[in-house]
Amino acid sequence: MDLSAINPILLLASLMVAATPILLAAIGELVVERAGVLNLGVEGMMITGAICGFAVAVGTGSPWLGFMGAALGGALLSLLFGVLTQYLLSNQVATGLALTLFGLGLSALMGQGYIGIKAPAFPDIHIPLLGDIPVIGPIVFQHDPLVYVGLLLTGGVWWFLHKTRGGLILRAVGENHDAAHALGYKVIKVRMLAIAFGGACAGLGGAYLSLVRVPQWTEGMTAGAGWIALAIVVFAGWKPWRLLLGAYLFGGVTVLQLNLQAAGLAIPVEYLSMSPYLATIVVLVIMSAGRAPGSLGRIFHASR
Amino acid sequence: MLMLEKRPNPSRGWTIATPLLAVLLTMLFGGILFAALGKNPFETIRSIFFDPLFSEFAFYYRPQLLIKGAPLVLIAIGLSFGFRAGVWNIGAEGQYIMGALFGAGVGLAFYPMESWIVFPLMVIAGAVGGTLWAMIPGVLKVKFGTNEILVSLMLVYVAEQLLASMALGAMRNPEGMGFPGSRNLAQYPSAANLEIISGSGMHWGVVAAFIAVIFAYITLSRHIFGFQVRLSGLSPRAAAFAGVNPARLVLVCLGISGALAGLAGMFEVAGPAGQVSIDFNVGYGFTAIIVAFLGRLHPVGILLAGGLMALTYIGGEIAQSNLGLPGAAIQLLQGMLLFFLLAVDVLTNYRIRLRIMEQT
Repeated sequence: MDLSAINPILLLASLMVAATPILLAAIGELVVERAGVLNLGVEGMMITGAICGFAVAVGTGSPWLGFMGAALGGALLSLLFGVLTQYLLSNQVATGLALTLFGLGLSALMGQGYIGIKAPAFPDIHIPLLGDIPVIGPIVFQHDPLVYVGLLLTGGVWWFLHKTRGGLILRAVGENHDAAHALGYKVIKVRMLAIAFGGACAGLGGAYLSLVRVPQWTEGMTAGAGWIALAIVVFAGWKPWRLLLGAYLFGGVTVLQLNLQAAGLAIPVEYLSMSPYLATIVVLVIMSAGRAPGSLGRIFHASR
Repeated sequence: MLMLEKRPNPSRGWTIATPLLAVLLTMLFGGILFAALGKNPFETIRSIFFDPLFSEFAFYYRPQLLIKGAPLVLIAIGLSFGFRAGVWNIGAEGQYIMGALFGAGVGLAFYPMESWIVFPLMVIAGAVGGTLWAMIPGVLKVKFGTNEILVSLMLVYVAEQLLASMALGAMRNPEGMGFPGSRNLAQYPSAANLEIISGSGMHWGVVAAFIAVIFAYITLSRHIFGFQVRLSGLSPRAAAFAGVNPARLVLVCLGISGALAGLAGMFEVAGPAGQVSIDFNVGYGFTAIIVAFLGRLHPVGILLAGGLMALTYIGGEIAQSNLGLPGAAIQLLQGMLLFFLLAVDVLTNYRIRLRIMEQT
């Protein structure tokens, strides 16, 4: 074993990349859950986004169009969940599970012709001046644009939820949908928009896996990333900034275990591969203290 | 404008009719999907839903129905207790793997001793393995309030890694020329889960599935625990007043589903699969979720739904080899079935009323 082969700067730099897909999916789910909807279909939307993004990017040669296709695909799939839970009043847990199973099947079917193809390159951007700072430059300022999109999205969601009227309405709907309804807010409309946003974010996260992180299409490639995103929302106590912490923590564990595998640590590979999932469980146990939105997972039916 | 009006009680007629309606809708939209894939929709639907039972080769497929259906029914029966009570164990796939590993571990430890005691010990070990794995989310939920959905699911990935490690390491066949995978338990008479009647597909797992259905039916309709499960699902507040201990309910529900999933894994590894291998699990634990809902969380319903889902597995294989239908299309069809079921379920609990909105 050679631990000196692990370069701490590269480790920290790849941590940000490893955290990005989870962060993207989690920020979308956070908005959905703040609106009072529990969508357990993140995994299904992510993998659908992964193949939609990959197919569009390969077809057009443009990763940017790929990401847009992924967001669209994720949002469309999430609307299926929205119609079922909001208009047909189905159980959210069961419908979310159905969405995951459906998404896994759909993506496998769509991805048949894309196995073994390489995604078009998505180059890193070198931010002038900031990227030249020693140590910090390579860690923070020399990544592909989506890393920064994830960060901007996190900040944007915080700003929206806490500084705008729309955010206030969304939180009101999530805390107490009956009261929000009584005040005249359109509960179902707000929730449908939130669900679509969550789907688009999950799609982006999935496409980040297939276009940047891997970058290839393989069946079931998300390997639980969507579920980890759900766990991180709980860990964050439904607060955007703590989401960032959770995602980086998870990214850190993932990158570290990959580096340890490469360094040839005396632990079998399988046990190292377990570590992100075990870390998620440990984190859930320690940090289950946050207060969930009041109407989370409850069915809204405006009776008269 | 169409309005939904809540029924005072769920409609009995629609409770039975909605699963059938969902199957019909799945056939319809599945047919459209197959047509879009360039296959003849009628031929494909026929080979999925009818050929396994009625074609000239049905004598070969009918035993498969029992082999594929047994683990689905076993797992789904266990899940139905928790789902009724609002305890969401969705990591049955992991418990299935652990049951198989524990069962196979006991069997391999006795190799090559021949004794009648080996197989019963394996059955017990399988149930214990599944239960222990399900107790992790259970205890964490009871002690720390951790979400059982996420923990049980994370443990599926952990169990998959453990399975790979066992197939490549501790349980690898010493005479296997270095190939991954354990000794073939089906060729070790004391440990093999063989067919009880040759050629019928009827192995001990099928017997266990039928016993589980009867046990679940009696428990839910006659036993105080079944009453508590139903009460907790319908009204958690009323259950608390009635003295239901929520922690015990969580643990018992997870314990039952873990034990049954573990048993299913054990019967599979000692019988149809034969050995511990990297790709041993094929998603029965997840498909069983669909089976449980399709069967309306009712034991008899689950038995029928398990049969139907086994049919789509076998029919899917037929369509795959005869018509070149991609395997993923069957997975999609199964997901679609659950979607349609959840969608038409609205008819059970709500009435659709036509109402003219007054202008204000």
